[in-house]
Amino acid sequence: MSESTRPMIQIQGLTKIYGSGASQVTALQDVNLTVNRGDIHGIIGMSGAGKSTLIRCINRLDTPTEGRILIDGQNIMDLKGAQLRAMRRRVSMIFQQFNLLMQKTVARNVRIPLEIAGVSRKEADDRVKELLKIVGLEHKARAYPAQLSGGQKQRVAIARALASDPEVLLSDEATSALDPMTTQSILALLQDINQRMGITIIIITHEMAVIRQICNQVTIIDGGVIVEEGSVDEVFTHTRSSAGRRLFGIIKDEIKEDEITEALRIVFDGTTRNEPLISSFILKSGMPVNILSADMHRIGGKAYGQMLLSLPESYADREKLTNGLREMGLTVEEVHTS
Amino acid sequence: MTMDKIWVLVRQGILDTAYMTFPSTFFAYLLGLPLGVLLVISQKGHIRAMPTLNTVLGAVINFLRSIPFLILLVMLFPVTRVVMGTAIGTRSIIFPLVISAFPYVARMVEGSLKEVDPGLIEAAQSMGMSTFQIIRKVLLPEALPSLVNGAAICITTILAYTAMAGAAGGDGLGKIAITYGLNRREYGVMYAASIALVVMVQIIQILGNILTNALDHRKR
Ligand SMILES: Nc1ncnc2c1ncn2[C@@H]1O[C@H](COP(=O)(O)OP(=O)(O)OP(=O)(O)O)[C@@H](O)[C@H]1O
Ligand SMILES: [Mg+2]
Repeated sequence: MSESTRPMIQIQGLTKIYGSGASQVTALQDVNLTVNRGDIHGIIGMSGAGKSTLIRCINRLDTPTEGRILIDGQNIMDLKGAQLRAMRRRVSMIFQQFNLLMQKTVARNVRIPLEIAGVSRKEADDRVKELLKIVGLEHKARAYPAQLSGGQKQRVAIARALASDPEVLLSDEATSALDPMTTQSILALLQDINQRMGITIIIITHEMAVIRQICNQVTIIDGGVIVEEGSVDEVFTHTRSSAGRRLFGIIKDEIKEDEITEALRIVFDGTTRNEPLISSFILKSGMPVNILSADMHRIGGKAYGQMLLSLPESYADREKLTNGLREMGLTVEEVHTS
Repeated sequence: MTMDKIWVLVRQGILDTAYMTFPSTFFAYLLGLPLGVLLVISQKGHIRAMPTLNTVLGAVINFLRSIPFLILLVMLFPVTRVVMGTAIGTRSIIFPLVISAFPYVARMVEGSLKEVDPGLIEAAQSMGMSTFQIIRKVLLPEALPSLVNGAAICITTILAYTAMAGAAGGDGLGKIAITYGLNRREYGVMYAASIALVVMVQIIQILGNILTNALDHRKR
């Protein structure tokens, strides 16, 4: 196999069981997953789905109960001691709570992986400067983490993660403690790193927006099982699993309470023009449209997100609505929320 | 007794007390610090989990800590004689002080290291740090303010114990206070020695607090 097509990470039949006897928890059940070189692969799931367990198995912070994990073709299940530590330097990780050393300056934090690798003082100094520049924090080299904002802390953590020149970057809810603006900038930084350095990134999140903004592949995990996977466009426009529908907000709790069991879902995938499509449809067709919910974002002047419309009673009206919207270039599907 | 004479007495008492306190603290940390580290990392779920060793170690430390110092002092007479050359006098009291204090130090260190955020240890592991590197680069530096604060408490505790040195022929402020106050009814000397003890404790505690704050970078 050529260098570019060999998968970066292969997870085969991964099962993780915590505890034993009555208190046993199956966090992951027969998970199979391939992450290609250079991908930004999102793993999304509800709380307790097993996302952290999965990502922690990849750098062996957790030991799988069963299964194999190959990184760049190398089976990492039997690695011990120095070999295990060497592998971990190739697979960096960033965390929701940043996990910076609070007693060390920004520069000293970023320097730590270099110290472990035995890089000379002079070389390490230069590299730290370079890394801080990449994350835009040269001016904070001498600050302590307590003096930084959440977004700045995560930037330091990213610089630290890059210090060992990793091939893979694991991100466990790295933006979950940040506000939307800061989240955007951190995601942009990760994308930049992926493109410029070719680092494969695995992003764990419970937010659909994160996946849509930077991932090209997505895996939906629910109750320790993979329920859906594929390219982000594919999975988002044709969501099959109920976990996916819940995560993407296709099934809304408020709607359930109103006992609406069917709806029409419109997906805005960034391809439609920036116009008031729904209002022009209403004007053109003279048909009333009831918007149940809308969750829209504008990224780079394009519309992303979705809208749920209530379905008309009669079959003819349904056809008219659906076809009319499709003619306008929208992706439309009927969804059943129960 | 004149103020001059009292001062000469008390000054010697301060020197003797310091002479017992600081070397004892030093050696108590020499034993207690690694032991405290071991107590933490051998815990279940920590970087070198050894639950049996942890339980045994904990039990031994609790046992040692439950023996009152005065009794330990007497019990250790034969051992002290071998280790220090003699079992009585100001210098030889250092040995029982160390034996009595190091389990206390170990618990103190354990408490400080336990405060370190588990997330930091996880991050350290994810970077590929070895156990020794995690101790040296994460656990100890991150716990430094708390360790210093604990050290101030340990020093003052050991300092208070030196007051019992008189029981084994040692000198110091405690001995002076007891001999002059209790036996000779020279209350002036007794109060002077006691005040000197209190002042020593205060100074150590204040220095400890200042140092702890200066070393703590967790606050803005
Ligand atoms: N150390 C552990 N011991 C026992 N059970 C655990 C342990 N770690 C995780 N679990 C259980 O495994 C399941 C998956 O947990 P995990 O942390 O992977 O979920 P998650 O998808 O990351 O959730 P969240 O979004 O809340 O972080 C949960 O049921 C959790 O209670
Ligand atoms: Mg998690």
